[in-house]
Amino acid sequence: MPPSSSSKLSPPLPPTGDTPPPWWRDRRVVPWLVQAAVGLVVLLVIAFLLGNLVRNLSAAGLLLTWRWLSQPAGFDLAESIVPFDAGMPYWRGLLAGLANTLRAVVGGLVGATVLGTLAGMAAFSSNGLLRGLARVYVEVVRNIPLLLQLVFWYFVVFLTLPNGAAAFQLPGIVLAKSGLYVAGLAEGLRWQGPHLLNGVWQAPVRLSVEFAALLTGLIIYSGAFIAEVVRGGIAAVPKGQWEAASSLGLRWFTTLRRVVLPQALRVILPGLNTQYISLAKNSSLAVAVGFSDLYSVAETTLNQTGRAVEVYLILLGVYLSLDLLISALMNGLNQLVQIRER
Amino acid sequence: MQRLARCLPLPLLLAGLLAGCAPEGGSGSGVQSAKLSAVQGRGTLICGVDGKLPGFSFVGPDGTYSGLDVDVCRAVAAALFGDPNKVEYRDLNSSERFAALASGEIDLLSRNTTMTLSRDSSGGNALSFAPTVFYDGQGVMTPKASGITTLQGLAGKPICVESGTTTELNLADRMRELNVPYTPLKFQTGDQTYAAYLGGRCVAVTSDRSQLAAKRTSFPQPDDHVLLPDVMSKEPLTPATVNSDAPWADVVRWTVNALFQAEELGLTKANIATKVAEAKANPKLADLRRFLGVEGDFGKQLGLPADFVPKVIAAVGNYGEVFDRNVGPQSPLKLDRGSNKQWKDGGLIYSPPFR
Repeated sequence: MPPSSSSKLSPPLPPTGDTPPPWWRDRRVVPWLVQAAVGLVVLLVIAFLLGNLVRNLSAAGLLLTWRWLSQPAGFDLAESIVPFDAGMPYWRGLLAGLANTLRAVVGGLVGATVLGTLAGMAAFSSNGLLRGLARVYVEVVRNIPLLLQLVFWYFVVFLTLPNGAAAFQLPGIVLAKSGLYVAGLAEGLRWQGPHLLNGVWQAPVRLSVEFAALLTGLIIYSGAFIAEVVRGGIAAVPKGQWEAASSLGLRWFTTLRRVVLPQALRVILPGLNTQYISLAKNSSLAVAVGFSDLYSVAETTLNQTGRAVEVYLILLGVYLSLDLLISALMNGLNQLVQIRER
Repeated sequence: MQRLARCLPLPLLLAGLLAGCAPEGGSGSGVQSAKLSAVQGRGTLICGVDGKLPGFSFVGPDGTYSGLDVDVCRAVAAALFGDPNKVEYRDLNSSERFAALASGEIDLLSRNTTMTLSRDSSGGNALSFAPTVFYDGQGVMTPKASGITTLQGLAGKPICVESGTTTELNLADRMRELNVPYTPLKFQTGDQTYAAYLGGRCVAVTSDRSQLAAKRTSFPQPDDHVLLPDVMSKEPLTPATVNSDAPWADVVRWTVNALFQAEELGLTKANIATKVAEAKANPKLADLRRFLGVEGDFGKQLGLPADFVPKVIAAVGNYGEVFDRNVGPQSPLKLDRGSNKQWKDGGLIYSPPFR
C-alpha cells in the first residue's frame, strides 16, 4: 500500500497510452518504498532502544566492557576437565564451566536417549507388567518439576550414601558419599581399582556426587519425555507392518528393531530435537546441586566483577549457540532418514 | 521529553531493566535525591536482607523479621517516616543481592555484606557503603568428631561454601598460600550450603564467624560442631546503597552513625524521651540539642525530619542495645562485643561528630 501522504498530492491522471505510469503508481517501485519506510521505522525504534540502554547503563556506570575477562579469577572449582586454578583469568574459569556443562549435556543426551528409547519400546511390550512400569515411570517423572527431582537425587539419595569403608563396593566400582569411583588405567598404563587412602577413596575414574546427581536427574527426567516421543513414533507406524513382520515369523524384538523402529525414526527425530534442546538448557539447574557448570561459574564471576550485563550476554550467547548447534545436528540427521523422492 | 524517553518501559531489553526509572528532583527539602524522594513518595523502605540468618536477619514464626541487619532497616525507616515498621523486606541470596540493589528493586542492602574495594568502586559493583555495623572475620566450622584442628588438616577434603561471597575468594587465597589442596563445593544459598555440610558431603563449612555461630544454633546438635581458631580474613559487614545517589547514601550513613553516637552519649530506648525533654529545657546542652534536632537543621540538611535521631533511638535503641538484643548476651548467639566495642572501650565503633 502506498503511503497516505502520496494520495493527497496525486497529480492529474496520467495520459492513457503506452507512456509508463509515474513512479508513485509503479507497482515495481511502490512495494520497495513501503518496505524501506517500514525498515526505517524499525531501525529508528532499535536505535532509540539501544541509545536508551547505553544512556541508562552509562548513568548507572555499567557500560559494557570486556577487560575484566583477562583478570585473575581468584576462585577455585571443585572439578574441571580443563586445567584451572584461582590464578587463571575469568575466561578460563568460564571455559572450565562450559566444559563441565558440555560434559553433563553430552552424558545426559546419551543416557536419556537410551533410557527413553527402552521405556518407549516397553510401552509396546506384550508383557503387561513391563507396559505398566513404563507408564508409571513416564507419568510420575514428567509431572514433577526437574528442580525438585535434582534436589531429591542430591540431598535425599546421594548425600545419604555411606562414606569410607562402609561405601557400596562392587568389583571395580565404588559408590560413596564423596563420589563414584571406577577402575581404569592409572599412571604408567597400570590397571587400578578403587582403593582407600587415609579414609578417602581414590580411583583413576572419579565422578563427583554433584555430577552424578545432575546426570541422574537429567537422564531420568528427559528420558520420560523421550519415551513419549518414541512411543508416539512407534504408534505412527501402521499396524499392518507389525502383522506383516509377524506373519514372516519375526519375533517381537526383531520386528521392532528391523521393521518398526527404522520407520518410526522419521517421526521421532523432530520431537527428539526439542527434548535435546530442553536437556541442554535444563543442565543450568546444576547450580542447585553444587555442580560447577557454566551458569554456576558465571554467577560467581558476576558477583566478583559486578559485570552483570556482560556475564548474562555471554550466558545467553553460549546457551543459544549450544542449542542451535544441537538443532543443526539433529536437522542434518533428520534429512538423512527422510524418504527420498525417486 | 527527556524524562519521558528515560522512563519508557523496555520489557524487551533485559539490561534496560537495570536502569532506574524514578522521577527526578527532591520534594522541596532542598536535597536532590531520586531515591530519597522515591522512598518518601512510596511511604515504605524496601530493604534487602538475608532472612535466614539468626541474629542478623531472621523471620520468626509469626512472620516478623528480627536481627541486627533488620534493625538497621528499621532505624532508617524510623528516620524517614518516624515508624520503624514501614519496611518491606526482600530475602536475597548472596548472588542476587548486588543485582537487586543496582536494578533499584531494593533501596538499601542490609545483608551481612563485606565491604571491599571492588564492591565499592565505580568500576566494580559500584556500591556506596555506610559505616560498618559488625566487624567480623572468616572462620571454618568442622564436626567435632572429625578431629580436625587446623586448616592444614583440611588437605584433600571437600569444603562447603556459599557462592558469590568474599569467603569463597578468601578460602582460595588462604589455601593457595598454605599450599593445601582442597575441593570447594559451592552452593547458591546458605540453606543448601549448610544442608550439604550437615549431610556430611563436606568435612568443613566456611563463612563469617558470626554466621557460623548463628547457623550452628539452628543445627540439631549444635555442640557437635566447632569453629577452628583460625581467622582467615577481615569481614566488615556493612549496609550498602547504590553509588550513584550520594544524598541517599548520606541518609543511611548518618542514621547508622546516630546509633553509634547515641551509645557514646548514653542515650537509650528507655531514656530518650526524658533526654529530649532535658535538652529542650536546657539551652546549655548545645551538643545534645544539635544531635537530637532541638536546634540546628541537621535533619533538613539530610532531607529528613529535624528530630530523626530521637525517632531512631526510640524505635531500635542505641548500637549497644541493638547488638546485645540480637547477637550479644540477650540472644542465643551470645557473641562477644570484641572489635565491635565503642572506640572509647578499645573497639572500632566510632561515629564522626554530629556538627
